[in-house]
Amino acid sequence: MTSQNTQPELLSGGAMLIRALADEGVEYVYGYPGGAVLHIYDAMFQQHQVKHVLVRHEQAATHMADAYARASGKAGVVLVTSGPGATNAVTGIATAYMDSIPMVVICGQVMSHLIGDDAFQETDMLGISRPIVKHNMSVRRPEDIPYLVKKAFYIAQSGRPGPVVLDIPKDMTIPSQKFPYEYPKDIKLRSYNPNAKGHPGQIKKALTTLLAAKKPVLYAGGGVILGRASDELTVLARKLNLPVTNTLMGLGAYPASDPQFIGMLGMHGSYEANQVMHNADVIFAVGARFDDRVTNATKKFCPNATIIHIDIDPASISKTINAHIPIVGLVKPVLQEMLHQLEKNKGELDQDALGQWWHQIQQWREVHGGRYDSSASHLKPQAVIEAVHRHTKGDAYVTSDVGQHQMFAAQYYKFDKPNRWINSGGLGTMGFGLPAAMGVKLHYPDAEVVCVTGEGSIQMNIQELSTCKQYGLGVKIINLNNGYLGMVKQWQDMNYDSRYSSSYMDSLPDFVKLAEAYGHVGIRVTKAEELEAALERAFALKDKLVFLDIHVDPTEHVYPMQIPGGAMNEMFLSKTERT
Amino acid sequence: MRHILSVLLENESGALARVVGLFAQRGYNIDSLTVAATEDPTISRLTLVTRGDDQVIEQITKQLHKLIEVVKLADLSESAHIERELMMVKVKTTAEQREEVKRCADIFRGQIIDITASTYTIQVVGTSDKLEAFIQALNGTQILETVRSGVSGISRGERTLSL
Repeated sequence: MTSQNTQPELLSGGAMLIRALADEGVEYVYGYPGGAVLHIYDAMFQQHQVKHVLVRHEQAATHMADAYARASGKAGVVLVTSGPGATNAVTGIATAYMDSIPMVVICGQVMSHLIGDDAFQETDMLGISRPIVKHNMSVRRPEDIPYLVKKAFYIAQSGRPGPVVLDIPKDMTIPSQKFPYEYPKDIKLRSYNPNAKGHPGQIKKALTTLLAAKKPVLYAGGGVILGRASDELTVLARKLNLPVTNTLMGLGAYPASDPQFIGMLGMHGSYEANQVMHNADVIFAVGARFDDRVTNATKKFCPNATIIHIDIDPASISKTINAHIPIVGLVKPVLQEMLHQLEKNKGELDQDALGQWWHQIQQWREVHGGRYDSSASHLKPQAVIEAVHRHTKGDAYVTSDVGQHQMFAAQYYKFDKPNRWINSGGLGTMGFGLPAAMGVKLHYPDAEVVCVTGEGSIQMNIQELSTCKQYGLGVKIINLNNGYLGMVKQWQDMNYDSRYSSSYMDSLPDFVKLAEAYGHVGIRVTKAEELEAALERAFALKDKLVFLDIHVDPTEHVYPMQIPGGAMNEMFLSKTERT
Repeated sequence: MRHILSVLLENESGALARVVGLFAQRGYNIDSLTVAATEDPTISRLTLVTRGDDQVIEQITKQLHKLIEVVKLADLSESAHIERELMMVKVKTTAEQREEVKRCADIFRGQIIDITASTYTIQVVGTSDKLEAFIQALNGTQILETVRSGVSGISRGERTLSL
């Protein structure tokens, strides 16, 4: 241990790895042991700073780490063995990559001299993961481990964040081979230096354009949340009287209950958000990437708009939609500079034009307004989300899987805070929701954590109910059970004359009994009038995992829905109405 | 449009695979690729010939920049530059063809670098167009094998791409 003498401590590669994680401030590692990582797991056993969470499938470890990162802003850490351990982590790594989530994935590897021999549990994890990581590295000498851990965290968390894979051959961690340990304080790479501040001239140009705008809109994405810039965004939007729309990844970046908020945009965005975008004269894109689920047909995208685009990743600028005023930089310092310049700026907003614009927006709000048929006798999924919002006072961490339930959660749980909405936006990974809820609950045990899922998605990682029992993770699972892969069915209804090719699940388990078998509480809701009492009971069971199996209308569709191949503002508004 | 990208890369294992993988994943073309260490053994220079409109080339250079191991890069075709490619051609030569092939090689400032009783191996250096023209000029001669190095390039004047 540390003493007066300045000699660095001697540690094995495995012990260095764990110590480096501790020095990086890592509290939890999610993983699953196996042959190639046994030395590392033994080193883990012999210390108490870094705690290990044993999942039931490596994919869940990656989603736990990912969701922790989404909620906290710090990189999540995964530890898996070589071969199948590593390949099972691939979906989770790709999920994090698509949403720019900082994550460090440590993979065991066969001994160096066996690499390339098709050894037992050998896969080329560097090769497999290369297209879905920000970076990956292999350990060649045990003494490099502290530096490589530092480098992994630095790359994962800086610039546009992303997952980093560190591949460690087993002979790099042999307990008897010890090396002086020192954790680097800083790291500088000559080949990687993300531009942080943004060009002041470009920022000035953007501000001048916004001040002169007659029909502006602020389009804010996940970059605002990753960049911790919600406060700056909110202040600026209010000062400039901008209508604000958030992407699926950006929900919570601007408070949903604020009158200037016009809802999510895109494929299942609000009518008003898509209309505002289409008719805008200035689009102020902040940490958003003009994804195909936002733009609809790019050729018809927002024909009259001057586009200002802030992004830390230059490759995201003018990739699908040309930006007239590009600003490369981290969202937070760029917005701070804008606010600073705004104080000194003599320009004034065109209040008349903005007044007319807001008048028009108000009219659009009345067209659809997020309505759904609440009179139907069948329980509506939208009503469930609204009830969950009420019962959690809008303050829960909400994770979701992928499909209709995800869209209902995004539309009807009105997020007022950033980092509260945790979903797989880019990759669209079914099976994400439950492990994600677990990752959040572990770090925020006092917070309400809700997993909104469906009977299709939940079964993709349902084995994690066992992990929840082991670690006492009292998440609330809202299973919107309609007996169909709802989003697939919706597309089949709309485009394939309701030929339900493999979108119906026969032989569903009794989810209540299943939850009970794992040692949790299960509640079934089949009628609308049972919902309130069930939610009441579930949220009163503070430390318990409660699985609410809620049977909802199987015929329900998600609306609005952009018409494929159309402009932003071309939408289906219900089964019978379209723009 | 044809572009020649010159890339300085950390000389680490996997770095080249990352560059090549990027082109494959994102559907960009590679016409040719050459790579070797520079005078600084920790840095490799990679010269890549690709095609695409301005938007595609802009994306390629941005995506290359994003790779952690890419230190610097330049589009040589944006300004005056010199490009060279080396080709070795092995041709079958009958007794009556040998003089004609030798003359043709001289015209292209090629060198005969190996001979047998029935073959010549000729080395030609120049732009890709010149190498194509040489192959055309060998019309009537049986080509047994061609080996091309791919394009290397360097900026004219005082401009450099170095650390």
